[in-house]
Amino acid sequence: MSDPRIILRGRPVVPGRVEGEALVSHEPISGWGGIDPARGVITEVRHELFGVCFAGKILVFPSAKGSSGWSGFFQTTRLSGTAPTGMIIGRISAKSALGAVVTRVPAITDLDADPCEVIATGDWVLIDNATVEVTKR
Amino acid sequence: MFLTDEEKRMRDGAEGDAVAAAMDLLIRYGYALDAERLCDIRNVAGTMTQPSPVKARLVAEGGWDKAFAVINLDSDLDLTVPPMRVPTCQLQHGFGPDSVDIVPYPRANVELQDDAEAFYGRHGVNILATCTPYQVGNLPLRGEHCAWMESSAVIYANSVLGARTNCEGIASTGAASLTGKIPCWGNHREENRLGTHLISVSGMTVESFQDWGLLGYFAGGVAGEDHPVITGEISRPDLTELKHFGAAAATSGGVELYHIPGITPEAPSVAAAFGGSAKAVPAAVVYGPAERRQMYETLNEIGSSADVDFVLLGCPHASVDQIRQAAALLDGKRLSASTELWIMAPRALKVMADRSGYTEVIERAGGRVLADSCPAMSRAAPAGTRVFATDSAKQAHYLPAILGIEAWFGTLEECVAAAVTGRWNGGLSE
Repeated sequence: MSDPRIILRGRPVVPGRVEGEALVSHEPISGWGGIDPARGVITEVRHELFGVCFAGKILVFPSAKGSSGWSGFFQTTRLSGTAPTGMIIGRISAKSALGAVVTRVPAITDLDADPCEVIATGDWVLIDNATVEVTKR
Repeated sequence: MFLTDEEKRMRDGAEGDAVAAAMDLLIRYGYALDAERLCDIRNVAGTMTQPSPVKARLVAEGGWDKAFAVINLDSDLDLTVPPMRVPTCQLQHGFGPDSVDIVPYPRANVELQDDAEAFYGRHGVNILATCTPYQVGNLPLRGEHCAWMESSAVIYANSVLGARTNCEGIASTGAASLTGKIPCWGNHREENRLGTHLISVSGMTVESFQDWGLLGYFAGGVAGEDHPVITGEISRPDLTELKHFGAAAATSGGVELYHIPGITPEAPSVAAAFGGSAKAVPAAVVYGPAERRQMYETLNEIGSSADVDFVLLGCPHASVDQIRQAAALLDGKRLSASTELWIMAPRALKVMADRSGYTEVIERAGGRVLADSCPAMSRAAPAGTRVFATDSAKQAHYLPAILGIEAWFGTLEECVAAAVTGRWNGGLSE
């Protein structure tokens, strides 16, 4: 049987190593007005992950959108114990870069393939500084 | 990231622990962005006073110094907050003491915020308390590097004023306020400020306040985090229309900078908006009557009940003239017994509306002019609200998610009519 693992290379946003189950959003994520940090749940009504909990997951998303409260809301998930354990970010911005920093979880961007296409929700993902190892489920 | 000798001294504690923690955050943030260096700024718009459950807990544990360290510097150290190093203002926050008995908002939050204002005022934070600092005296110059948060203010500063700021957050503005530094990345760099998408308005003219909001909502969807350039059949906009346009574009996408050739300062022509060469101008995305209707229907898809309990105006915070227009429509009218109407404004402009007699006209009809906050920031609407109406694309987008209520998006006239009759009777004009 072929090796089910896929290796992606990128640039660390927050250096570190973590592994866990992926939660993939194909749409950008809003912080303020888009998540409930007390529960770690996406609350944007029109969002594909409306009602889904990201706590303890490795959150894979194309970009951050909306309010500048993005980082503050994700910092609150850390302070509330509802944070994702890692972030794989398609395209970095000030919002998502600062958000990853203050969530204090390993995060990576600028990957050599689109992480939102390569990774599916439920895949097992290892972020190790500048690489991501994906085990398909 | 390159650090100057001054920045290294700050990092190493020569200016105290709080400045060192601020520099540590800026270094982590600069790394995350892959920024080459920091730039000097002396205009910060952030948030320190806004009440939240986490902040209340931190203040109870260790006072405002603790809350600032954790939330505004992302630091776990015991720090003493020094005076702001550069001019720093507080953006919109919670409701104040004058809202008690009008807005169902926890008294504990009002008291916490009062305490915060006193603390941060002593440390040199200008309490502007508005999402539109550019309406009340904080007008950065063209080319000025700033560290602002509030997406609707960031897009206004970059696009309409030609100032340079990324969409900063609570911790980066906190760190900037103590250092006068921010990563020189993204919108701070000349080469990153060109247009990326061309949107051509065709088949109708965008000229009303509502139409500028619909066009902004479309532009955000087209451009995402990039830089739309608007051309075609548009009227000359004013401050309020670009305030609405930008807030909408920053809501549906992550737009922080746009150009309107001939109107905004960095784009004298369409070619200039894309770097000067006609070859660099991309094919236009058309915004016509069908796209306009699609935006209108998207913003109205959450509404089903026509019984409107609440009308919200002033998102982003109203200008004096917007308050005057609402007063003119409400003059001699009386709100439906089942409906409330609030207009959000900067406190400084509410003073002018009071002085001009507009507030009295609005209050005589049963409406309110409120300062400092908004229902989305404070998660507060009149008790029992199930359906609200607004003239703001941004508020129509966010409030259903934040409060779990239905939304109608329409014109000022339709919103005032809904407040008077208690019924939504809006529709998109041709």
